[in-house]
Amino acid sequence: MAFKLDAKIPEGPIQDKWEQHKFKSKLVNPANKRKYSVIVVGTGLAGGSAAASLAELGYDVKSFCIQDSPRRAHSIAAQGGINAAKNYPNDGDSVWRLFYDTVKGGDYRAREANVYRLAQVANNIIDQCVAQGVPFARDYGGYLANRSFGGAQVSRTFYAKGQTGQQLLLGAYQSMMRQVSKGKVSLYTRKEILDIVIVNGKARGIIARDLVTGDVERHVADAVILASGGYGNVYYLSTNAMASNVGAAWKAYKKGAGFANPCYTQIHPTCIPVSGDHQSKLTLMSESLRNDGRVWVPKNKEDKRHPNDIPAEERDYYLERIYPSFGNLVPRDVASRNAKNQCDAGKGVGETGLAVYLDFGDAIKREGRDAIAAKYGNLFDMYQRITDESPYEQPMRIYPAVHYTMGGLWVDYNLMSTIPGLHVLGEANFSDHGANRLGASALMQGLADGYFVIPYTLGHYFGSNELESIDTSHEEFEKCEKEATDRINKFLSINGSRTADDFHRSLGQIMWDNVGMSRNKAGLEKAISEIQDLRQQFWKDLKIPGENAQVNAELEKAGRVADFLELGELMARDALERNESCGGHFREESQTEENEAKRDDENYCHAAVWEFKGDNTTPERHREELSFENVPLTQRSYK
Amino acid sequence: MSKTIKVKLKIWRQKNRSESGHFEDYQLDTVSTDMSFLEMLDTLNEKLVIDNKEPVAFDHDCREGICGMCSLMINGQAHGPEKETTTCQLHMRSFKDGDTIIIEPWRSKAFPVVKDLMTDRSAFDRVIEAGGYISVNTGNAQDANTLPISKENADLAMDAATCIGCGACVASCPNASAMLFTAAKVSQLSLLPQGQVEADERAQNMVAAMDSEGFGNCSNHAECEASCPKGINLSHIARMNRDFLSSKIRK
Ligand SMILES: Cc1cc2nc3c(=O)[nH]c(=O)nc-3n(C[C@H](O)[C@H](O)[C@H](O)COP(=O)(O)OP(=O)(O)OC[C@H]3O[C@@H](n4cnc5c(N)ncnc54)[C@H](O)[C@@H]3O)c2cc1C
Ligand code: FES
Repeated sequence: MAFKLDAKIPEGPIQDKWEQHKFKSKLVNPANKRKYSVIVVGTGLAGGSAAASLAELGYDVKSFCIQDSPRRAHSIAAQGGINAAKNYPNDGDSVWRLFYDTVKGGDYRAREANVYRLAQVANNIIDQCVAQGVPFARDYGGYLANRSFGGAQVSRTFYAKGQTGQQLLLGAYQSMMRQVSKGKVSLYTRKEILDIVIVNGKARGIIARDLVTGDVERHVADAVILASGGYGNVYYLSTNAMASNVGAAWKAYKKGAGFANPCYTQIHPTCIPVSGDHQSKLTLMSESLRNDGRVWVPKNKEDKRHPNDIPAEERDYYLERIYPSFGNLVPRDVASRNAKNQCDAGKGVGETGLAVYLDFGDAIKREGRDAIAAKYGNLFDMYQRITDESPYEQPMRIYPAVHYTMGGLWVDYNLMSTIPGLHVLGEANFSDHGANRLGASALMQGLADGYFVIPYTLGHYFGSNELESIDTSHEEFEKCEKEATDRINKFLSINGSRTADDFHRSLGQIMWDNVGMSRNKAGLEKAISEIQDLRQQFWKDLKIPGENAQVNAELEKAGRVADFLELGELMARDALERNESCGGHFREESQTEENEAKRDDENYCHAAVWEFKGDNTTPERHREELSFENVPLTQRSYK
Repeated sequence: MSKTIKVKLKIWRQKNRSESGHFEDYQLDTVSTDMSFLEMLDTLNEKLVIDNKEPVAFDHDCREGICGMCSLMINGQAHGPEKETTTCQLHMRSFKDGDTIIIEPWRSKAFPVVKDLMTDRSAFDRVIEAGGYISVNTGNAQDANTLPISKENADLAMDAATCIGCGACVASCPNASAMLFTAAKVSQLSLLPQGQVEADERAQNMVAAMDSEGFGNCSNHAECEASCPKGINLSHIARMNRDFLSSKIRK
């Protein structure tokens, strides 16, 4: 089944597209809405806000998540903030500038129309969240406070201490729980989606495993929304929560949904470095720290002195030196690559030499310890808890870590995948961030998708499609359930010698070494063949204790690792085919004389969309050409 | 600087909700003090799997102290010995070479054990469902800066809102009361002008839900405050009690 990529971008000037589109969209009348049911996979910012808003409209919503409560979705961990072009600081912000910054920050690899809509609805998000009781930071006059983030020269980031994601998610969760109390949302917690059920070409349901009893269940609906988050855990170590996975999106891909730009990965510059082999995840230190922290390494290689003993003239504040106009606030990809370059040149610090300093000494001198503690106290405490070192006394050690995935399931302007009825929101879609996401823009996008886009576009889907009446006895459900059960039984029957984590670690190493911050042809080809070998070993040598009919964390991990082992190969393939550098994707073959990323607009100004062609068959690469009518294509420069 | 220590673990094992549980002993000889507590359990589990034994089930997700998924009574203390630290943020440098560590699930009637160290905390969701929200539909909001809120109240609301819903307050309370959890939400919303409209009803409904879920009464032991990984304090309970009483009077 070959797919056609029609982005369905509305006609007209970019400022009017969304208004016009909403006007032209089909509506479902209020009395009829309750006749439609929707499955929402995921309760993060995207899924939670969608479930609440759709239920308020009258649809019957079934909400699924892996955790024991919807409030624990990975969005809870977002620290720094959420962008909007309110221009409250009066510093020259506007919808147009937020749009422009996001397109440029994404290195001209996002769809203009979507980004513009995102910038347009961002202000509504802040209004909505304040109305829900989200306690954003305020100044002494009682008005909302803003801070600045990388890739922007205005202060447009709203925040709630270092816990912005938590507060926004609780706002969405509470709205959703209100709908639970009204009987409009049914909660299905501790459930993992194992497959998407397609009936006569339309997404009509899911197969889920109950993570407590092991029961494999069927659920039917009129449409399915995937808001299952990103796939950064393919690298094993990342800042994502332990259960973050690609499973639901990957099953959709294998059922015919296009997977776009899988190689676009964001490596966040400020994370706590790895401390040993036992490391299970990495902890982010919010980018907001770069507002006051100065990044440096010793000028001399392998300088083993304590950082406080290295005098100013022997420190290289390399970001300030190389990028005088953005300094420490360059976008993430630029900051990460520069940290790697310094460490590769032997100037890395700490026991492993894989770290650079982020220093608050000057800020503390300037503003006082209390002022810095008020801004970053909880982050400093977190850092000290993990490393046993105080950032008040000595610089933090930081190193880049995998953080976010810009790639994901391809969606059109309506956020619908290439499978009719399957909509994809939040980090799970290929998103509005192009090849690099700016800080504080993921929260904005997740909530934009859930609160302000899907409520309109889902109505249009229902209004313009005839849906046949089916139930879970349909043969497709039968077939999908059997496949899911067979796979579980297969995992349990291998009885090999290596744990799922062990395989996951091996995969992570291959990915980090070859599909990480810097990529080249030979490395990518090597990664593809190594992943294929590893996958074969996995299916021969996996060890899972216990049985299905109980809580079995090893079995859960095995399923997720099996999917990562397939996704990793697709990421390497996508990176190999994209022989240009753009945003988070840096191809060594494509750089300027100053070693900055070099885009190739002539050949790669498109989204690459992969179509599954069967296990062990090379997938087909399609393109969605991108045109830039409002933000002229230029090489990004932050100098 | 990291070093390695030996620890003896006594861990609660329970197959499921209906079967009864027991303690089992384990020994780990090379625990790096840089490991987090959960990484120490990962190491144990990896060993158990290789030895064909069932790994220990425990809840966790973010491992950053924010999702509220991790739990554990460690030597009788919710989230272990460090103040304002979740189990996932606790590091092995808090233990000494040769220590015996007793690890148990939260114990409360309202949080039944699911397996080993995992419990069912959905009662908390039902308390929120009873009124822990502001009734505003998407699209209904006015401009965010229309209503200034004093910094003091905004900050106090944030302090209350910082609750991660882990359940340590319930687990450490001799009465298994959920007062701190409930009060934190009631207090957050009643400190904000947006939350005033429904304040009376909210306090009544949430307290009623709390009672019907089988949580105990609050008799001011203050163990909840001491064990809260987010430092939420008793003043929120006092604020809720005020709201609750005045709403009764108004009725
Ligand atoms: C440490 C950290 C800090 C961050 N800070 C910021 C920030 O300051 N600003 C910003 O804008 N962005 C930030 N981000 C990025 C942002 O948090 C995420 O991109 C965003 O929250 C993703 O939201 P989501 O709703 O798409 O998915 P998630 O929040 O990841 O939710 C996924 C949901 O899907 C469910 N799910 C997944 N798979 C399945 C399955 N198979 N079956 C059933 N359910 C499933 C999960 O249970 C969960 O409920 C940060 C990210 C991290 C890791
Ligand atoms: S695992 Fe999230 S708070 Fe501990």
